[in-house]
Amino acid sequence: MGWIVLLAAAGLFLIVLLWFVAMYNTLVRQRVDCDNGWSQIDVQLKRRYDLIPNLVETVKGYAAHEKGTLEAVIQARQQAVSVASDGAHAAEKALAENAITQALGRLFALSEAYPQLKADTNFRQLQEELASTENKVGFARQHYNDCVGRYETTRQTFPTNIVAGTFAFKPREYFRVEASAEREAPKVSFSS
Amino acid sequence: MSQAGNPPRPPTTPGAPPPRPSALDRAVAGATDTDRAIRDRIKAYPGTTTYIDLIRKNRRASTLLIVLMLGLGAAVGAAIAAALALYATGDSASLLPSVAVGVVAALIFGGFGVLWSWFGGANAILRMSGAIPIGPQDDPELYNVVDEMRIAAGLPMPRVYIINDSALNAFATGRDPEHGVVAITRGLREKLPRDELQAVIAHEIAHIRHLDIRFSMLMATMVGLIVFACDAFLRVAFRGGAHGARRSSGGKGGGAGVLVLLVIALVLAIVAPLFARIIQMAYSRQREYLADAGAVELTRNPEAMANALRRLGDDEEPLVDTANRGTAHMYIVNPLRKVRKAHGEVETLFCSHPAISKRIARLLALLR
Repeated sequence: MGWIVLLAAAGLFLIVLLWFVAMYNTLVRQRVDCDNGWSQIDVQLKRRYDLIPNLVETVKGYAAHEKGTLEAVIQARQQAVSVASDGAHAAEKALAENAITQALGRLFALSEAYPQLKADTNFRQLQEELASTENKVGFARQHYNDCVGRYETTRQTFPTNIVAGTFAFKPREYFRVEASAEREAPKVSFSS
Repeated sequence: MSQAGNPPRPPTTPGAPPPRPSALDRAVAGATDTDRAIRDRIKAYPGTTTYIDLIRKNRRASTLLIVLMLGLGAAVGAAIAAALALYATGDSASLLPSVAVGVVAALIFGGFGVLWSWFGGANAILRMSGAIPIGPQDDPELYNVVDEMRIAAGLPMPRVYIINDSALNAFATGRDPEHGVVAITRGLREKLPRDELQAVIAHEIAHIRHLDIRFSMLMATMVGLIVFACDAFLRVAFRGGAHGARRSSGGKGGGAGVLVLLVIALVLAIVAPLFARIIQMAYSRQREYLADAGAVELTRNPEAMANALRRLGDDEEPLVDTANRGTAHMYIVNPLRKVRKAHGEVETLFCSHPAISKRIARLLALLR
């Protein structure tokens, strides 16, 4: 009789233990997904920083006297590069990135007045790359937010919240577009 | 789920065609039968429907269908084994063990079939369709669109293929996201504006993300096995029928029971392949809906998906050279024209794709 009780208790303990391990692993996996999602945003931002000098050089060849617009782009880029990209500076970073978007928008709007520039293959390629990189930044953010959404749901719902509490899984913040500036960003049409 | 940080709507392609009739406008005011059908179907969805609801609904349906298919396979295995045992011995004592053997055999064969299709089948469609791999230099825009969508899905970059055909179609393959492939016909690539191209690619990426290629291969393998087992059983039963009847009537009683069981097995062997096919196609239709919803999860732009489907549905050119019945279910819309003409709006149990108007209605229901 005692044997059976002991066996049942051991079985129950094992089940609870396995369940605990599974919950813990789910939490870790989702947290890693969040980290990964965050680094994907960085990858795309970095790509944008790399493309901008090329673009400026190309535009200079056709419209060197548009100094103000060109310098605004360069400055916005430098400003954004100087802001550390970690969770603590997320809002600041978003602002700096918005400034780039706007400066680029003005640059592309200006290119409308230079048919030769618009016909330049290099320029067209850069335009496509930058437009796409902009999208990629947006989609990387969306993916990051989806990951955070899943992680937070797991972390806060019963019974996983017990495991999360025991091992101090920290809450994650959504990547919010803080400034209203981004929402009001001038619509730039690349259609020719 | 938060909507924060939504990407801006992608810019339109340079040199894109002038304003096109949007699926939404047509659904509101269009006068064709399709437009009316779409209007009626939109009303069937509650106004609060989101893509998350659609995804949940599809997941449940898919799970149910897989369970059904497994059950059918096990039933066929059991019935055939029981009938064979009775036929051979004429003794009902061997019934239970033989049923067990049948079920186990069915599951083991199923397992092997899955493993085989797992490593062999995924890329057969690529060879058959004559798709050509392209790099970022060959078509930067297409490559970028694929890159954008796989970033939104958090997947590794799939390989990109172009099918040299003027018909409008696309498919995805690969047994897991690491071996993902997205292929699109030249006709579709040239015809779509950027936001619709993005929707089509998102649909394919959603197939990869949901592991649809794996599961549809699994379904196809199980259907094949069920058809094969039933066919083999029927051949044996009809060739040796007279001999067996003599023997069972001379057996140790239970003659009527044996006969009933044999009849059940025979009927099952005749109907099972049909059922298997129906389940497989129902599953395929569910996965198409799921990929449409999954595409909206990535692009957050149901209207572009609806517009692209409308364009694909209006196109009547078949992909006869590259697609056949075996691979038709992998494409975004049914590539066989005869089938599409016949079932374009009338969806039957044997359609691999839902009627396009039904798909569009689900997407436009999200916009209300």
